[in-house]
Amino acid sequence: MSIVDLAEKLTDVFNAVEVVFWPTAFDQKLKEFIQLPDGSVDLGFYHGSIANEENKEIAELLRKKTKTIIAFGACACHGGVPGLANLTTTKELFATVYKETPSTENPDFTEPLSETKVDGYSLHLPKKFDTVQCLHDCVDVDYYLPGCPPEVPLVEKAIEAILTGKLPRKGETLAPNRILCDECPRKREEKKISKIYRLQQIIPDQEKCLLDQGIICLGPSTRMGCGAKCIEANMPCRGCMGPTSKTLDQGAKMIASLGSVLGLEGEELMSEDEVRTMVDQVKDLVGTFYMFTLPASILKRKTMTQK
Amino acid sequence: MANKFEPKILGFLCNWCSYAGADLAGTSRTQYSPNLRIIRVMCSGRVDPTFVLAALKNGVDGVLIAGCHPPSDCHYLTGNLKARRRYHLLLKLLDQLGIERQRVRLEWVSASEGEKFAKVVNEFTDQIRALGPNPLESS
Repeated sequence: MSIVDLAEKLTDVFNAVEVVFWPTAFDQKLKEFIQLPDGSVDLGFYHGSIANEENKEIAELLRKKTKTIIAFGACACHGGVPGLANLTTTKELFATVYKETPSTENPDFTEPLSETKVDGYSLHLPKKFDTVQCLHDCVDVDYYLPGCPPEVPLVEKAIEAILTGKLPRKGETLAPNRILCDECPRKREEKKISKIYRLQQIIPDQEKCLLDQGIICLGPSTRMGCGAKCIEANMPCRGCMGPTSKTLDQGAKMIASLGSVLGLEGEELMSEDEVRTMVDQVKDLVGTFYMFTLPASILKRKTMTQK
Repeated sequence: MANKFEPKILGFLCNWCSYAGADLAGTSRTQYSPNLRIIRVMCSGRVDPTFVLAALKNGVDGVLIAGCHPPSDCHYLTGNLKARRRYHLLLKLLDQLGIERQRVRLEWVSASEGEKFAKVVNEFTDQIRALGPNPLESS
């Protein structure tokens, strides 16, 4: 967990708080956590999306025990990459993973069941939901700390705010409310782009705006606060910070932004088919524009056909 | 059940051409289907794809976006071209999320095309009626 990335600052944190339950770092048992009185814990960080019954149970338990909950990381805030499972259903997903992939050898089509009997014992696995949800779809969330992973300076600031009692209004995201382009060091020329390149096709210029160079960069629809680290490494933004509070839907905003710059000379005389061909250069639109935020988008998932 | 379904259609019409076209249809007493609710926007380029998604999510069965004819009718020079690119990108999104792309339509209607406006609305209403209710409404 990126809280560990705080490194030597962690000791300050441990001087100030008592950690009662942190399964990824300490050996504490869920049983002990359940026994704590309701509302007795000051602060809870929840990471991960709500993808199965167990996730939901733990989230509800955390809500019961803690006064303040922070959705920690892209998955808890916006559904994250696992949220792309909303393009399919559990049935289709299991078929792909346990049957159809060429490297899978599974002649009996064994797949995870939520209940099975072995030697007279009944064994359980948490049932996977068809729709991956964000934490706030499941329980009341007090603050959001997005990012994949959340950046250390933001985590530091958040913890400082908590320890000094200087938290903002409930429901706020603990990161600046402006778009990434505002902190991007690259030069923007407001050029029109006619060809979209995928990353393996081009080595981008280090100084110029990536969108100007025809590389899809989610900067215009993504919240800043990450320090533009991907951009510094000459990689486009993939949108892990999610949108700002002014944007309802990260992908739709990206369509609007890309729609503003995509275009050719003489486009006004183009036929609809030619425009379609130009636009078809965008491959896997949902996977690119909603890589981290499909469950938090307006439509949330692919429509389930009632068959 | 099927013949009782009356689609709700939302129309984003640009101030300079299509809204004036709708006005002309009205002042000329051209009859057209009453399923359309119109929102006037300054330019078809003002129509954020978010508007369309939010409309669909809120139970609208079809969305019509109408603007000025390319190449050169747009009051803001390139607003209609932006609308067209966004429209085609939006269709790709709808395809991937399993919503019929026929539910969203982009048309060019000038201020003098009252007849065309009525024809577009009638055609689109029939098309949506044939498609049936918005699948998102039940979810």
